[in-house]
Amino acid sequence: MIPGRFEYHQPESLDAAVGLLGKLGEDARVIAGGHSLIPMMKLRLAMPEHLVDLKAITDLKHITVDGGVISIGAMTTQAELIGSAELALAAPIVKETALQIADPQIRYQGTIGGNVANGDPGNDMPALMQCLDASFVLQGPDGQREVSAREFYEAAYFTAREDLEILSAVKFAVCSGGYAYEKQKRKIGDYATAAAAVLLTKGGDGGCSHAAIALTNLADTPLYCEEASNSLMQSGVDAASIDGAVASCMSIIEPVEDNRGPAEFKKHAASMVLRRAIELAWSRA
Amino acid sequence: MTKASITLNVNGQSVTTEAEPRELLIHVLREQLEITGPHIGCETSHCGACTVEIDGRSVKSCTLFAVQAQGSEITTIEGLGNPDKLHVLQEKFKEHHGLQCGFCTPGMITRAHRLLEENPDPTEEEVRFGISGNLCRCTGYQNIVKAILAAASELRQTESVA
Repeated sequence: MIPGRFEYHQPESLDAAVGLLGKLGEDARVIAGGHSLIPMMKLRLAMPEHLVDLKAITDLKHITVDGGVISIGAMTTQAELIGSAELALAAPIVKETALQIADPQIRYQGTIGGNVANGDPGNDMPALMQCLDASFVLQGPDGQREVSAREFYEAAYFTAREDLEILSAVKFAVCSGGYAYEKQKRKIGDYATAAAAVLLTKGGDGGCSHAAIALTNLADTPLYCEEASNSLMQSGVDAASIDGAVASCMSIIEPVEDNRGPAEFKKHAASMVLRRAIELAWSRA
Repeated sequence: MTKASITLNVNGQSVTTEAEPRELLIHVLREQLEITGPHIGCETSHCGACTVEIDGRSVKSCTLFAVQAQGSEITTIEGLGNPDKLHVLQEKFKEHHGLQCGFCTPGMITRAHRLLEENPDPTEEEVRFGISGNLCRCTGYQNIVKAILAAASELRQTESVA
């Protein structure tokens, strides 16, 4: 399988990369880890005339924790997320999620920026970012702006990122409570049949002071489950409120039949992983 | 489309070749540099037969353009051992029957090499998780896992003697 012809560019700064995109126009594509784009290029479902590789831009490779805010550069790989001791303390759910993405070789190459920017509903990081209430930093010809992960996804492969913008970093608050990312998949390396990201914080009174739930691959976009999250905060976490939260989430999912199974099976898998994730997160809270 | 000049350090030797940007690393390694240890299995990033080590990372060389590896240090199975002096992993694969047809073996051993560099004393579960990006259709993995654990044990002993 040989991809179509293209010209390769390797800018050394984010400004230069944004400038190149502006100059080359819609025939150019940004490449990060390449493990979604290169397979598409081999199938010639993607045939960019120019590839702008971000690998030489050192500013895009960082994990910093400062003043309670975590910032991760877009070119940080899944393996680097897993290996970061600082991140494991500041937001352990990131490592738990990254370990469930693809396989070791792909985690050495795949990046957080590519994972969240591509808009593939099968990717795991978008729901995690919604659960963390992260914001995405977008750099374009007119400067920088931030978009909430909960507002970013419009449809499969359609996001709030403009064509001439590059997603440069993700930012979210340090999270200290209980957490879980539970994923049902056919085999290691596969995308989720259903997956759930859950954060729960126990209050001083034993109640639930913070709750956030988001789901992967159960609709065209990742789903932040606002109603279920709010209801857990109001009622606390017990058997009845977990049933209620699961039912609320199941009412907003829209799985479609594909090679991972019929929609009914996916609904079943979704309710199982979500229940497991809530119970595990609460046990860690 | 103009070809790019690409300089790589492959198995300790600096080599310069020319390739179109669209040429995948596995094709450049096999067809231009005649390094045929890394195999083309699925060509879809699933099977891991094309695994090589690039700057201390295990990479599926079917999913990287050669031009992206510019300036990198690459180790393939040819760089780990040779018929006169097998690498410990190769010896243990032989001893424990960690291969049948052998097609996946170069990728499997190259991946296992990096795994043991990062984790010299893995549990069986860590070995299985660590090679989960490499498919074998013959062995059922049992003897591959045994071979890697045996190699890890021997490498640790050698290390402690040295």
